[in-house]
Amino acid sequence: MYDFAYQKPSSLADAARALASDADAKVLAGGQTLIPVLKQRLNKPSTVIDLSKLGLAGIKVSGDAVTIGAMTTHAAVAASAEVKRAIPALAALAGGIGDIQVRNRGTIGGSLANNDPSACYPAAVLALGATITTNKRSISADDYFQGMFTTALAADEVITEVSFPVPARAAYVKFKNPASRYAMVGVFVATGPKGVRVAVTGAGQGGVFRHTAAEAALGKSWSAAALDGVSISPDNMNSDIHASAPYRAHLVGVITRRAVAAAG
Amino acid sequence: MNAPFEGIGASVRRKEDLRFISGRGNYTDDINRPNQTHAVIRRSDRPHATIVKIDTAAAKAAPGVVAVYTAEDLAAIGGLPCGWQIHSKDGSPMNEPKHPVLAEGKVRHVGDPIAVVIAETKQQARDAAELLVIELKDLPSTATVTDALKPGAGQVHDNAPGNVCYDWHLGDKEAVEAAFAKAAKVVTLDLENSRMIPNAMEPRVALAEFDRSTSDYTLYTTSQNPHVIRLLMGAFVLGLPEHKLRVVAPDVGGGFGSKIFHYAEEALVTWAAGKLGRPVKWTAERSESFMSDAHGRDHVSTAQMAVDAQGNFLALKVSTLANMGAYLSTFAPAVPTYLYGTLLAGTYKTPAIYVEVKAVFTNTVPVDAYRGAGRPEASFLLERLVDAVCHDTGADPVAIRRQNFIPRDAFPYQTPVALQYDSGDYFTTLDVALKNADYAGFPARKAAAAAKGKLRGIGVSTYIEACGIAPSAVVGSLGARAGLYEVANIRVHPTGSVTVFTGTHSHGQGHETTLAQLVTSQLGVPFSQVDIVHGDTAKIPFGMGTYGSRSLAVGGSAMVKAMDKIIAKGKKIAAHLMEASVEDIEFADGSFKVAGTDKVKTLSEIALTAYVPHNYPITEIEPGLDETAFYDPANFTFPGGCHVCEVEIDPETGVTSIVNFTAVDDFGRVVNPMIVEGQVQGGIAQGIGQALLEHAIYDESGQLLSGSYMDYTMPRADDLINISSATENTLCTHNPLGVKGCGEAGTIGSPPAVINAVVNALKEYGVRHINMPASPQKIWGIINAGRMAAE
Repeated sequence: MYDFAYQKPSSLADAARALASDADAKVLAGGQTLIPVLKQRLNKPSTVIDLSKLGLAGIKVSGDAVTIGAMTTHAAVAASAEVKRAIPALAALAGGIGDIQVRNRGTIGGSLANNDPSACYPAAVLALGATITTNKRSISADDYFQGMFTTALAADEVITEVSFPVPARAAYVKFKNPASRYAMVGVFVATGPKGVRVAVTGAGQGGVFRHTAAEAALGKSWSAAALDGVSISPDNMNSDIHASAPYRAHLVGVITRRAVAAAG
Repeated sequence: MNAPFEGIGASVRRKEDLRFISGRGNYTDDINRPNQTHAVIRRSDRPHATIVKIDTAAAKAAPGVVAVYTAEDLAAIGGLPCGWQIHSKDGSPMNEPKHPVLAEGKVRHVGDPIAVVIAETKQQARDAAELLVIELKDLPSTATVTDALKPGAGQVHDNAPGNVCYDWHLGDKEAVEAAFAKAAKVVTLDLENSRMIPNAMEPRVALAEFDRSTSDYTLYTTSQNPHVIRLLMGAFVLGLPEHKLRVVAPDVGGGFGSKIFHYAEEALVTWAAGKLGRPVKWTAERSESFMSDAHGRDHVSTAQMAVDAQGNFLALKVSTLANMGAYLSTFAPAVPTYLYGTLLAGTYKTPAIYVEVKAVFTNTVPVDAYRGAGRPEASFLLERLVDAVCHDTGADPVAIRRQNFIPRDAFPYQTPVALQYDSGDYFTTLDVALKNADYAGFPARKAAAAAKGKLRGIGVSTYIEACGIAPSAVVGSLGARAGLYEVANIRVHPTGSVTVFTGTHSHGQGHETTLAQLVTSQLGVPFSQVDIVHGDTAKIPFGMGTYGSRSLAVGGSAMVKAMDKIIAKGKKIAAHLMEASVEDIEFADGSFKVAGTDKVKTLSEIALTAYVPHNYPITEIEPGLDETAFYDPANFTFPGGCHVCEVEIDPETGVTSIVNFTAVDDFGRVVNPMIVEGQVQGGIAQGIGQALLEHAIYDESGQLLSGSYMDYTMPRADDLINISSATENTLCTHNPLGVKGCGEAGTIGSPPAVINAVVNALKEYGVRHINMPASPQKIWGIINAGRMAAE
């Protein structure tokens, strides 16, 4: 780790000011990516701005939406009786991220701001058509994800909460990378107020994406069988020592069918 | 109330575990010395390059920096020695290029150390290491044995033409050719044994200090054999006499072979401590472990079995290319020869065997012994070949094994590849394993799996291994530059408690428990009254350390010899005290009795007399009760057994799940069944790891692609299942305990059982062989190719 300054602002305005005044500052949420990266000296921020004093943790469920504060841990989402009742797929997704230590520190806001191409939460946000609220504005999921590790967030923008419309049915199925246990292919399927949406994480070169061919097929008939004959091109798939692009493309098909079956 | 039985055969709880699970272990990194400095090593990020320039000025000027050293500074010290010398077919000694402590002129693998920065804090050393300006000019490089042998391939060492280290052979080539000529069928199998990274939980650490007033050096290091490190480093690298060099290997968190070897960092910190007059500590980062701990396996082979029309094995011919990596690690040349070629008879009476092994340099991390060391490579090759024979001839895998087993009454059995097996019963371990695995019920389970869309397969392996390493004269004639006896010092204290000083080393094996049980059985001393001390050259007379499943068979036997001396001396003291003749003294259950009388003296009474010799045969024997023995084994020991694996494959994803695993092993006499079961489980976990998950992958040029846990698939709890483990033992005939050793069996027996099961599950896709690891991607590729062919 290189030396850096550390700030723990107690208001969102102070946090935004600190970020705006220092282009090399980094935000610390749960630290499950940032801290390992700092330890490996792969990042050299001037200042680390800790968001843990901003009161951004918490879960609210209204009739038709689940709103989760940016600093809410994966463990809290996984354990929330209200989330389990309203969007069980979301609670299950949170409960399947990393390991116990990661889930007790990692946050939804941190995951979304980082937008790791193999992270689980982006699939839920995109498939459920969630809205991401920041200190400046609200951003729809379709506008938020802009490629691997890239989002619509401005440099001085901080996620405050994420609001998920409650779907009629939804499920997330993850095929884990055997080594890292990140999603090698993770598919979140949902049908509800935002229509039929299928989001795929882990597989695409550009990070999370919507599987539009599957959405079209499922829009006609919500069943795993409806996906027969639906395929996806390997052209934009990731390729590494664990999975070639054609294997990933194949897995997108398998895992999408399993997710639809799991959603019921 | 009777005391609980805690001798040989009792599942006594491990006395070391309270310390380990409560965070009170004393590992090398827990040790810090006054005025200590910290070393950080700058390593090559290129597989093969000329070092054009190293500019250390900025690093030397950085805050807190005490010293920066490169190869130039080490001109007066030697390279890292190799412990074995193999001779090629033509009688010439192997090519043995220098293995410098820091790279001299060239770097030869990613991770090759170039420079060391020593500073007041580790952070300062890291900062300064980044300021080193190192200019490298890339050279042609290779990572695989096949590439390295191609004409025009980059040369790893100028004095190893064609990248060949040695071209060795064993066995009767003519007899094999004759048998092949008359065989009904010759079955050929090309196969690879995948490269592994050991991944001990505790990374390597070395901390050295130098006392100017006495000129004594002390090295604390993560080693499986501190005396061997003292010998190799003292005599060959630094030129330090043994009495001025103490090597301490305290609690060590796993080794699996990777902590046998003498590593550059040990010599570097010891030399620097002397130079600076301050302690120097180096602790590996996990990413350094991946690129600097010796790797394991990495063979490419062709195996051929000649069979007659009845399925009898007539002859075996094996040709293997073994990857040595960029330099010869301590035991590396012995692994693919005397720990591999000699094992190729396996459990079978194959009358003629010929093996040739070419050891090859590549631009990769040195390869050396990794749990099993040569024997897993032999058993994988042989047990896959037997299943290939079945595939090609329609023979039944169980029947053909039984038909070719060495008969029960054939022991001692001389194999065609140098070893003589003293005991074994492969029929019983096979029969019990098949029963425990419900082999007969497999077709029903396969049908049930098929009904839910899964491919189920079953695989059997029967294995033999040679451990209890090793008779010194034998290994000396084979090229070992050391003896492989073991040493024990048994100190009976004045009040009868016992401290054992053993030359073996425990790094997870549970020696503090198992070895104490030997004392409880042999001397009748309560388990709680026995302590085991290991891992310090200042305390232990001598020792060759722990590897090759040798601690009990060799180290335990040395203890028995020393305890025999204790008993013999005790009898003389008892005879004197009880006014009887020595011949009439019997020793049992901790007491010396005069035969046929009720006269008795306990060991405690004898010990007190020995240390307070007021009434004592002082003209005949010395005071004290403290005996040392060196034990050189008469032969290797030959554990064996049968592993049965059952897998289920999801044809949609290619994921293989182990659904049943049954091990029935022959370990000779078992001292602690619970510890043995733990060793079996751990070994099988590593074997399953190799078969399905782990893989050290280099790209063509020699960049390590699986250089972290993000990409190197370590087995996790949910990859494994409950393993059914049992033993059916025949006793070793040549050591006093009848023990054979159990540390490596799991990694030797299990990989072929797993792959045989995977191949069996994929039978309908026409699969004959699959190399390890049988990853989901690989299996999906096979299934998909089958589907595409069908369409």
